[in-house]
Amino acid sequence: MSSDIFIAILATAITTGTPILYAALGEILTERAGILNLGVEGMMLVGAVSGFMAALQTSNPWMGVFVAMLAGGAMASIHAFLTVTMRANQTVSGLALTIFGIGLSGYLGKPIVGTPLEASFRIFELPLLSSIPFIGPIMFKQDALVYLSYLIVPAMWFFIYRTKAGLNLRAVGENPAAADSLGINVFRIKYVYVIAGGMLAGIGGAYLSLMYVPTWMENIVAGRGWIAVALVIFATWNPGHALLGSYIFGGIDALGFRLQAMDVMIPSYFLKMLPYIFTIIVLILVTGKNAAKHIGAPQSLGLPYDREER
Amino acid sequence: MTTNNLIPAISFEKKLSPSPLMNILVPVVSVILALLTGALLLALTGKDPLQVYSVMFYGAFGSKYGLTETVVKATPLLLAGLGLAVAFRMQLWNIGGEGQIYMGAFGATWVALTIPDQPAWVVLPAMMLAGAVAGGLWAVIPAIPRAYLGVNEIITTLMLNYVAILWIDYLVYGPWKDPAGYNFPLTPSFSESAILPTLGDTRIHAGLLIGVVLAIILYLLIFRTKFGYEIRVLGESPEAARYAGMNITGKIILVMMISGAICGLAGMAELSGVTHRLQQGFSPGYGYTAIIVAWLTKLNPLGIIIVALLFGGLQVGGFAVQMNGVPATVVSMLQGGLLFFVLGGEILTRYRISINSRRGDDTP
Repeated sequence: MSSDIFIAILATAITTGTPILYAALGEILTERAGILNLGVEGMMLVGAVSGFMAALQTSNPWMGVFVAMLAGGAMASIHAFLTVTMRANQTVSGLALTIFGIGLSGYLGKPIVGTPLEASFRIFELPLLSSIPFIGPIMFKQDALVYLSYLIVPAMWFFIYRTKAGLNLRAVGENPAAADSLGINVFRIKYVYVIAGGMLAGIGGAYLSLMYVPTWMENIVAGRGWIAVALVIFATWNPGHALLGSYIFGGIDALGFRLQAMDVMIPSYFLKMLPYIFTIIVLILVTGKNAAKHIGAPQSLGLPYDREER
Repeated sequence: MTTNNLIPAISFEKKLSPSPLMNILVPVVSVILALLTGALLLALTGKDPLQVYSVMFYGAFGSKYGLTETVVKATPLLLAGLGLAVAFRMQLWNIGGEGQIYMGAFGATWVALTIPDQPAWVVLPAMMLAGAVAGGLWAVIPAIPRAYLGVNEIITTLMLNYVAILWIDYLVYGPWKDPAGYNFPLTPSFSESAILPTLGDTRIHAGLLIGVVLAIILYLLIFRTKFGYEIRVLGESPEAARYAGMNITGKIILVMMISGAICGLAGMAELSGVTHRLQQGFSPGYGYTAIIVAWLTKLNPLGIIIVALLFGGLQVGGFAVQMNGVPATVVSMLQGGLLFFVLGGEILTRYRISINSRRGDDTP
C-alpha cells in the first residue's frame, strides 16, 4: 500500500519534472555557448500555445512538438540576434523575450483557452522494461516525450564532453577570443546553440499543453521556465545532473499536490509555494558549494563578444 | 586567419561618446518599429491593425476619462519603475517588483484593518510605512544571499513573486476574507481614513504626487550625492569600486531594501488610492511592466515619469481593445517588442556601423 503511493509519487515526479528538464537542457546548451537567456519562460509559453494549436489542427501530438520546436527556436533567434550581433545586454534581452512571450502566447491562445485536446500524448508501458520491479512502474510507464528525454540526456552529455563539436562549444563559452583564434566560428556557434536551446524550451512548453495538463491556459508555464534557469546552476551545466535536479523539483511539486489531495491541515497556498521556496534554498546552498569547489559558470557567460577587444 | 566570419560585411567601431542625436532617435524609431511589428502580428491573426490602434489611442488619450485613467494606471508603474531603477543602477537585477508590490499591499492592509478608526493623518502615514517596510524586507530576503554568497538575485527575486502572490491569495481567501463579500477573494473595504485623497472628481490620487516627489529625490540622490555616485560606480565598474574600498555587501542590502520599499509603496498607493481594499490579482503585472519602463529611460528617474504615463496609456488602451474582442495581452506583446527594438538600437548610440564588402577582413 504505502510502497504503491511511493511509486506513484516518484512516477509523477518524472512527469512533473520533464518540462523543466527539457527547458534546462536547452538553457545548458545556450549558456555553454556563453549566452545567458532569461527568456526560457517566454519561449516555453510560445512553444506551449503553438504546439497546442498545431496538435489541435492536425490531431497529431508530434506535429505539436515539431511546431513548438520551431516556435521556441524562432523566439530564441531574436535573443541571438540582439545579444550576439547587436551585443545587447543579455539580462534585459532575456527579460524582454519573457514579457513578449507572455503577451504573444496570451494573445494567440485567447480563443482556445480550456479547449480539450483529443490528440494528447498517452502513457504507454515499454515491454519488458516496465516489468522491472520498482524501477519499471516509475520510469517505464510514461509517455513518449519522457522516453525521448531519457535518450536526449546521455546523448547531450556525450556530445558536450566527448565530441569535437562539444569541445568547440565549451571553448566558445569559456574563452571566445581563444576559440576565435583557433579558427572556430564563434558567432555561428553562439547562434546555433541559442536557437537549439530555444527549441528544447519549446518542447518543454509543449509537454505542458500536450501531456501534462493537457489544454491551453494563460500562463500555463507558471514559473517553470525560471526554475529551469535556476536548475542549470544546480546542475553545474551538466545534462546528467539536470535530469536528477528536475526530478527532485518534480518530486517536491508532486508531494505538495499529494498532500493537498490527502486533506492535510496545511492550506494549499502554502503547499503551492514549495517549489518556489525550494528553488531559492537550493540555489543558495548550491552557489556556496560551487564557489567552494571552484565550479562556475562558463567564463564568458553574459559578456558580449567583441572581436575588436580581443 | 579567420576567413569564415559569419558577418564579415558589417563592422562596428566604438564611438568615443554616445551620440546625443541617436539617444533621441533610437527610442522614437523603436516605438514606430514596435507598432509596425505589432500591426503585422495583428494583421496575420485577422485583426485590422489601424482599427485596434485607434481604439487603443482614443481609449487612453481621447477623453477626459481615458486621460485620467491613464494617469491612474501610470502611478504604480511610476513608483515601481523608480524602485527598480535604483537597483538596476547598481546592476542588481531586482525582478521581484511584482512580489514587493503585493507585500507592500499586505503591510498597508494590515494597518488599515487594524486601526480603521484612527484619523487619516495617523492611518495613511502608518500604511505608507508598513507598505515600505514590508516591500523592503521582502527585497532583503534575496539581497542577503546575493551580498554574502553571490547568489543570483534574478531567480530568487522572481521566485518570491510567486510566493508573495500565493500569500495574498491565502489571506483574501482565508483569514482576511470579507464576510459580506459573497465569497469573492477580497478583504472588507478600508475605512475613510485609510483612503488617499483624489484630485477633484477623478480617480487620480495622491500616489501620483508621492511618485513625482520621489522621482525628484531619487534623481538628486543618484546624480548629486556621494551615495548615488558610489551606486553608479558599483554598477558600471564593480572592480574599480572594490579597489576604492567601497562597502559592497552593505550597499547591496541597502539598495535592494530601498528598491523593495519603493515598490511596496506602489502596492500601498494602489490599494489606498484605487481599489480601497486588498483583492486577488489587484496588480496586472505592474512589477514586470515597470522593468521595461525603467530600462527605456536608461534608469533616469525623471524620464520614468514620462514613460510611465505612456505605458499607463498602453494599459488603458489595452482595456479599450478588449471590449472589441482583442485580448489585452496584446499590450505586453507591444511592450516586449518595444524593448527588443530599443535594445537593438542601443548599439547605434555606442558604435558607428559601416557596411563594407571586404569579406573576411577583420583588421580595422
